[in-house]
Amino acid sequence: MKICVLVKEVPDAAVEKRIDPATGRMDRSGEKNLNPFDTHAIEAAMQLKEGGELAVDEVVAVTMGPDSAVRALHKAVSLGADRSVHLSDDALEGSDVNGTGYALSRALAAEAPDLVLLGQQSDDGECYTIGAVVAEHLNAPSLTQVIKIDVEAGKLRCERQAEYGYDTVLVELPAVISVGDAINEPRYPSLKAIMGAKKKPLEKLAIGDVGIAPDRVGYANARARCGDFHAPPAKQAGQIIEDEDTNETVEKIVAWLDERKLI
Amino acid sequence: MDILVYALHYEGAFNKNSLGAVSEAARLASQIGGEAHALVLGASDELTDDLCGQLGAYGATKVYRAEGPEGLAQPVVDAMAKVITDDGYGYALFGGGLLGFEIGAGLVARLDAGVTMEVTAVRADGGKLIAERPILQDSSVSDVEYHSPVGVIIGRLNAFEADDSLGTGAASVEDVTFERSPQSGRATMVSRGEQRGADVNIEDAKVLVAGGRGLGKAEGFEALEALAGAMGGAVAATRAVVDAGWYSYSAQIGQTGKTVSPKLYLAAGISGAIQHKVGMQSSENIVAINKDSNAPIFEFSDLGIVGDLNKIVPKLTEAVKAKRGS
Repeated sequence: MKICVLVKEVPDAAVEKRIDPATGRMDRSGEKNLNPFDTHAIEAAMQLKEGGELAVDEVVAVTMGPDSAVRALHKAVSLGADRSVHLSDDALEGSDVNGTGYALSRALAAEAPDLVLLGQQSDDGECYTIGAVVAEHLNAPSLTQVIKIDVEAGKLRCERQAEYGYDTVLVELPAVISVGDAINEPRYPSLKAIMGAKKKPLEKLAIGDVGIAPDRVGYANARARCGDFHAPPAKQAGQIIEDEDTNETVEKIVAWLDERKLI
Repeated sequence: MDILVYALHYEGAFNKNSLGAVSEAARLASQIGGEAHALVLGASDELTDDLCGQLGAYGATKVYRAEGPEGLAQPVVDAMAKVITDDGYGYALFGGGLLGFEIGAGLVARLDAGVTMEVTAVRADGGKLIAERPILQDSSVSDVEYHSPVGVIIGRLNAFEADDSLGTGAASVEDVTFERSPQSGRATMVSRGEQRGADVNIEDAKVLVAGGRGLGKAEGFEALEALAGAMGGAVAATRAVVDAGWYSYSAQIGQTGKTVSPKLYLAAGISGAIQHKVGMQSSENIVAINKDSNAPIFEFSDLGIVGDLNKIVPKLTEAVKAKRGS
């Protein structure tokens, strides 16, 4: 049995994100981190593999992105993935959710996994949707925002919080499941795993290798195209207190609340 | 051009965000020369003519009634894809929530459609719709236009206002039969809507003291309960800590929880992710305590305290008690 984990490189939270005025797209030059939600997806894959209730032979990390995205794959491998697949092609640049989901599904179809796991959201955009797009292309059942996975007679018993409370859903394999950060505590990679990550097999794919139609990907073929950017209605910045002397800080808070008749 | 909306219902009532989506679709359809229609899916005995017809007041002129398992996205994708293909809709619109993301995303693949998520406003321009989506922690807004026969618009929680005076009467109800895709039969609901933790009322509280992951552990809520008690308020929580089992689901703010607007919202150890923000941003006064000076919550709080909540909250509780006692 094979588990593919979709991973993504995202802007480091410490790096200020901005739109490149020349292209109207996200300036991704400061990117350098594996999407935190994806580390939970890898951990979920490792726990399924180590749990032994499913006979998982390998965990494969899959990403789509420019050359730099290789770092996300190295991180994924250091966290336990056996090998990785890097879909990278100039033609993919600027793809929207439609194009990205389609392209990823082609790369996944070539791997024919029994389970696809991914983080439910990323800091920079395609929140909650990619998993469900990929699932439809693969004709697989899908569930997003899952916080608990148990194996039950070869199926996955998944829990998640939905509009009216917690739902439990039984999902047959092969399936596509996105996970939330409450699902587990990702392990820290060992120094040995970090050093060894670059030696694990990494396959690089261009769109032609997995039959991606060039007219369905890239910015020019985006079905939803970001046009103008404008500033949101401005909200007046609030007052900030740096807590140095807590007694003094508390006095200030109480005065602030009192002034507004809140206590 | 007509707009199709998915209306989520549960235990005989429609979801407030779905009603907002129906009203938004009606407002927009009138500007692009079309009508707003809705699709509901569930058990046939629950989806009465009366219930479905209620969507008329919110602006839907027609309601498609489909039979299928509730609470799962892919059966709805099957039904909506068929209706959209057969009857030629230009847009599919969803209110904020979890199922809307999943159904909308499914339609993207099924209909080769464009999609915009977390939409806060939609406007008509030359017979087409343009979706406005805030990006980069709401620091910028992007105008998204569609280059596909069908555009999928997924609203942010509470983005669209429900208005029950938009329609002229009950909507007509049309039963629709559709073929289930193989994948939509391979996930089954075991149990739905389980409430975890004590049932607490936070929606009527004038003061809410809310805790997030920055509390460090479940016991961190004890200090917040003491503060809320001193202020005559109630305690609320973020999704992260509710999912972790630290606090009751019924006290959860945001995306899949409650929307509140108390006089005072005091956030302790909450970073201020969009999913939380959408549930509390209309509070009259927002005070945030967080040790990370870069936390997004400071960008929409009226008073921000950068510091250790474990030091500040107990002292604040004592000070509030002293003040109120005097």
